[in-house]
Amino acid sequence: MFLINCPFCGEREQSEFKAGGEAHIERPKQPTELSDDEWAEFLFMRKNIKGIQFERWNHTHGCRKWFNIARDTSNDQIKAVYKMGEKPPVKL
Amino acid sequence: MSKNLRFKSSKILDETYRISFKFNNKTYYGYKGDTLASALLANDVHLVGRSFKYHRPRGIMTAGSEEPNAIIQLHDNTSRTEPNVRATEIEIYEGLVASSQNCWPSVNFDIGGINNILSPVLPAGFYYKTFMWPKNFWEKYEYFIRKSAGLGKSPKEADPDIYEHKYMHCDVLIIGAGISGIIAAKIAAKNGLKTLLVDEKSFLGGSTIYDNSEFSKINNQIVSSWLEKEINEISKLENLEIKTRTSVAAFHGYNFLLARESLTDHLPINQRENKIRQRLLKIRAKKVISATGAIERPLIFDNNDRPGILLSSAIKKYIDLYGVASGENNILFTNNDTAYETAMSMIQRGIKINAIIDNREQVDSKLSYEVEKNNIKIFKGYTVVDTYGYKRINGLSIMELSKDGQKVIGKKIKLICDSLGVSGGWTPAVHLFTQSGGKLKFREDDQVFIPSKYPSDQLCIGSCNGDFSIEEITTNTILSVKKFLNINNTNYKTLEIMTGINRSKRNIWLLPSDKILGKTKSFVDYQNDATAKDIKLALREGFRSIEHVKRYTTTGMGTDQGKLGNMHALGIISETAGTKMGEHGTTTFRPPYTPLTFGTIVGRNVGEFFDITRRTPIHDWHVANNAKFENVGQWKRAWYYPKENENMHQAVQRESKAARECAGILDASTLGKIDIQGTDTSEFLNRVYTNAWSKLAIGKCRYGIMLNEDGMVYDDGVTTRLDENHYIMTTTTGGAANVLGKLEDYLQTEWPELDVYLSSVTDHYATISVCGPHSKKIVSKIFPDLDFSDEKFPHMSFKNAKIGQIKCRVMRISFTGEQSYEINIQSNYGKSVWEKCMEAGKNFDITPYGTETMHLLRAEKGFIIVGQDTDATMTPIDLQMDWIVSKKKYDFIGKRSLYRSDTIKDDRKQLVGLLTENPDEVLEEGAQIVADIKKSPIEMLGHVTSSYYSPNLNKSIALGVVKGGKKMLGQKLIIPMENKNINVTVADPVFLDKEGKRLNAKL
Ligand SMILES: [Zn+2]
Repeated sequence: MFLINCPFCGEREQSEFKAGGEAHIERPKQPTELSDDEWAEFLFMRKNIKGIQFERWNHTHGCRKWFNIARDTSNDQIKAVYKMGEKPPVKL
Repeated sequence: MSKNLRFKSSKILDETYRISFKFNNKTYYGYKGDTLASALLANDVHLVGRSFKYHRPRGIMTAGSEEPNAIIQLHDNTSRTEPNVRATEIEIYEGLVASSQNCWPSVNFDIGGINNILSPVLPAGFYYKTFMWPKNFWEKYEYFIRKSAGLGKSPKEADPDIYEHKYMHCDVLIIGAGISGIIAAKIAAKNGLKTLLVDEKSFLGGSTIYDNSEFSKINNQIVSSWLEKEINEISKLENLEIKTRTSVAAFHGYNFLLARESLTDHLPINQRENKIRQRLLKIRAKKVISATGAIERPLIFDNNDRPGILLSSAIKKYIDLYGVASGENNILFTNNDTAYETAMSMIQRGIKINAIIDNREQVDSKLSYEVEKNNIKIFKGYTVVDTYGYKRINGLSIMELSKDGQKVIGKKIKLICDSLGVSGGWTPAVHLFTQSGGKLKFREDDQVFIPSKYPSDQLCIGSCNGDFSIEEITTNTILSVKKFLNINNTNYKTLEIMTGINRSKRNIWLLPSDKILGKTKSFVDYQNDATAKDIKLALREGFRSIEHVKRYTTTGMGTDQGKLGNMHALGIISETAGTKMGEHGTTTFRPPYTPLTFGTIVGRNVGEFFDITRRTPIHDWHVANNAKFENVGQWKRAWYYPKENENMHQAVQRESKAARECAGILDASTLGKIDIQGTDTSEFLNRVYTNAWSKLAIGKCRYGIMLNEDGMVYDDGVTTRLDENHYIMTTTTGGAANVLGKLEDYLQTEWPELDVYLSSVTDHYATISVCGPHSKKIVSKIFPDLDFSDEKFPHMSFKNAKIGQIKCRVMRISFTGEQSYEINIQSNYGKSVWEKCMEAGKNFDITPYGTETMHLLRAEKGFIIVGQDTDATMTPIDLQMDWIVSKKKYDFIGKRSLYRSDTIKDDRKQLVGLLTENPDEVLEEGAQIVADIKKSPIEMLGHVTSSYYSPNLNKSIALGVVKGGKKMLGQKLIIPMENKNINVTVADPVFLDKEGKRLNAKL
């Protein structure tokens, strides 16, 4: 079970959090302009990689805030934790 | 029993404390400190069970948690019964009752033993290959298989014991209190680190604590004495916590470990009352040191599974620790020096050794010379080729090994014995290390897998790290622990080590025999009866990966996870396939290391604590008024209120009629309520609901549907504008938490620019809904100052009100289609206001109704229930609710998906009404809907989602989803049931009062 360093509360156990899928997928500002394929790309397509993956997490049983983490899916190590709206760290 | 197998002055036994216990209905005696296994051996009982597949007689094989055979049922037919307990681990207590598991009718006469004779036709994969065909025979096979095979019986009564969970935090966790664990604990604790030391046994010191050999010394002291002093010293250290009888079950990532601490399992049953039996420790350790030791390997030869055959180290432990000999005529069979340590223990106690058979041609350690000096015959370069005796070994034959070890040569020599100790060298117990994600490497020199890559801040020391001699263990432990903990001073001066053994070993995974392989039974996995022959067969049939071979042959798939034989399986695979060890993978050990009880896993979360129960503030009134309850999520909701002898149907019919003809009252407190404030709230609602919200005036209510981004209906409810920037949203009972989570998600991540704040207030308010033609008169009595005229207080509007000094909100909204009022008041007043309503409604026959009537009434009106009439594949258009989807709004959640090529298809499943040909026939919810029953296969068009008998319409009504249903109005369809086909007609889903007149009806 991970220890996740919530940017608002500090280090807490994984059971306090909920994973929210891949990070940095912005909801299109003008969905009506998009073709079916483009909309489907936003709606359905997600990465599932071995290595560093950027994910959204929510501190559901804590501050209820959403934030991002960079996790190495091969060993579950969390390389970085950063707030919503921030860019992922370049060096990991 | 004439044999004297018990010696006095053993280390941990209390010989003044005699204990009686029962095994297979016979009474035996042992001493306090005995395990069930040591006590049985002292009574000359070796036969303890039958093997899983062939039902071969099996005996105690080991002296620890790796035991594959001596698996017993404790206290059969009582509430405390427990299957799969290892006799080698359970400490005896007065009144212990144990029985063999895998035998029927008894361990001495077992019907399944016939499988042993049939075994040529019971090869690997037999169960897969045979019992799957022909299919309809399975039931017949199953009866006998279940009866004769089995891994114990589960209890039939509730567990009377108490269990609990405990979190523990430490700087260093040390798993295993053998010599290396003790040294590590001393170094860590003496340097100020908060240290936790756990061991699965009841005593500290591992196997070194009973090593009394003159040939192995530290600083000129016998190792057991040296270690005893160390243990004495560390037990006084303040920042060291020691837990015995504590077995680590799982080693997860981030150094999170689960351990089971047994607190009362060694006590007589009558001393266990009100005590915690087992505790699940949830340990977070900054650093973990595994000192889990090593497990001795058996040797793989024909008939290597007879009762009386034990690991040589187990024999030594029974002698030195428990003062028990496993036989009177002993033979040892080895490929390394370990067996000579056992021999020395036997010689010390005067136990007879008939011979030692050693695979090695050269045996030249100090210890072996000493053994030879005692006139014990050592057959060097020999191997056992067969054993004899059915329920107990009574002899064996040996032959000389060829130079390459592939064949046997020369003449067969027969020897007699009643006990055989085998030693195939040692396997580091890396189970926990690999569970944590650790990677192993293979050490050719003595054919062992040892830890190589650590996935977290951890270290393996001692024999689990491949250090087997006292010298290697002490030197390497001190050095590596120092480095691992960043410590300069260890308190350990140079240790002077003396040892009598060499490292030499002659490793042959599958020993040769004079018979062809097909005629041998050389067991690799004792518990699951997998033989060397089975593994070779699997390879012949094309299996390569160890994970596949394992599943095909069931090697390593028993409750012991193949702790003894997995290495041999790997060895035989690599030899046969001509590949390197580990090339076909190593098996993955999974938690738990040894089985856990369900009690330990659930801890205190049993009975009413299993899950949270949510009750409304009016709950007690419902109970007092004979309500039946239904579970809606965690909520207990009043389902219906039967009067006298009414059944559910009768009660619901009465309640439904009353709600439309006079007045009904419903506890709606469970509906989710979200308080929304902020200057951008109306924009926010515009984005989350499908309809338009900008023009909703203060004091007005509006129904809304929320979609997922994929266009499917997610939740629905009424939202009321309380003030300029203040709204209250209601959600479905089950969806409340998810809706709040989803809205928060959008606010925080997509639209952080919006000034909107959300707060869950579900539990803050009690909600009482009064409906029916008399509802206005009833609420007028409660709020005499409020103008309830249709002009001043129309449908879909809200008023602030007061009862006495208590503020409340009254909404005129309706889920029944009747005129109705919803009173929202601070929770703690809920019950008294409910009672006030009942009092005020007395003259109007106010009738409390439950969720079932609510569902019926809304179905009459064709109102959907999200989750019942929808299933995450329904758009509002599919639900024939086009009116609620704004065409003007540029965007809202899910809008774009409503015109994807798939969602605009005409033949999607759409919500329709269904009327049965026979108005008394009520459809079954979930029943399939078809059009043509002549064509095969019959095409399924949809299913019934809601179905009731309507007392207000005097006929059966139903809602269902049907492919292209929108265009089928008036068309005949068929509901095929088990015994009949029911004819239905597609109808408008609104069955009653389509014009909505009843919302303003007056009586
Ligand atoms: Zn937080």
